[in-house]
Amino acid sequence: MEMTEMVEDHRTFSIALTFCIMFIFWLLLSAWTIYLPEPYDLSKVSRGILAALIVTFLTYEIFVPGRGEKVLLKTRRFIPYVGWELWQIYLATIDVAKRVFGILEVDPQIIEFDTTLRSDFALVAFADSITLTPGTITIDVEPERGRYIVHAIAKGPADSLTVDQTMQKKVGYVFMEE
Amino acid sequence: MLAIDVISTIFLAAGSLIMITGTVGLLKFPDFYTRLHATGKCDTLGQILIILGCMIYEGFTFITIKLLLVSAFYLLAGPASTHALMKAAYVTGLPVWKKGDKRM
Repeated sequence: MEMTEMVEDHRTFSIALTFCIMFIFWLLLSAWTIYLPEPYDLSKVSRGILAALIVTFLTYEIFVPGRGEKVLLKTRRFIPYVGWELWQIYLATIDVAKRVFGILEVDPQIIEFDTTLRSDFALVAFADSITLTPGTITIDVEPERGRYIVHAIAKGPADSLTVDQTMQKKVGYVFMEE
Repeated sequence: MLAIDVISTIFLAAGSLIMITGTVGLLKFPDFYTRLHATGKCDTLGQILIILGCMIYEGFTFITIKLLLVSAFYLLAGPASTHALMKAAYVTGLPVWKKGDKRM
């Protein structure tokens, strides 16, 4: 009896939270400058409420994570990671520009390696990070073993993934899957 | 006002320059995979700089928030589309260029 009440509570909470966020998102995107300065008109605002409701009932199950996922801690660890990732994007562009103008060599190779990551979010975040950091692009991921197939443009970028493993450790730290 | 114009123009010019570098790489690199390296990476920083220039020019309005969301969406969608192209080429068996081979 208590278990079903808890599940029901969580469901109501998810729907309410998703609806609030979706409605604020709609206000930010379309309503603020167009609808609100005019005389108050419920039919215009009701379009936004309707759209937010439809999106809410389609997505509330995956939008709000289950209990005990430590979302706040993961978010707090994720924000510095985004800053580091923006710096890596800058380095990646400098690196590829050097290769375009012939300062560094182009010597492509395909490498495979295993990681300790298992959850969907961690796998996707790491695959995107590989593509954004200097000289490497993800080709394929095998989620069961955390195995990545990566195309590296030269030996240096390939070694930074297989030997140094700084990024694996950072993603593992953010998603707590070391 | 003039200072904002100058700063945003510098950002737009830097972004365009990086986009041009990516295009040169697209024409110069030897095979499909390496060409994706050039476009995939240069476009990401290029769009960040161009949108940053637009945001500085616009000041703090609701258009700035929309531009920020566009940039954030590109940061998620750009690597995903590059990866999709790469995987499609790899699965269909496109040969990988090795050093010393003929240009493809």
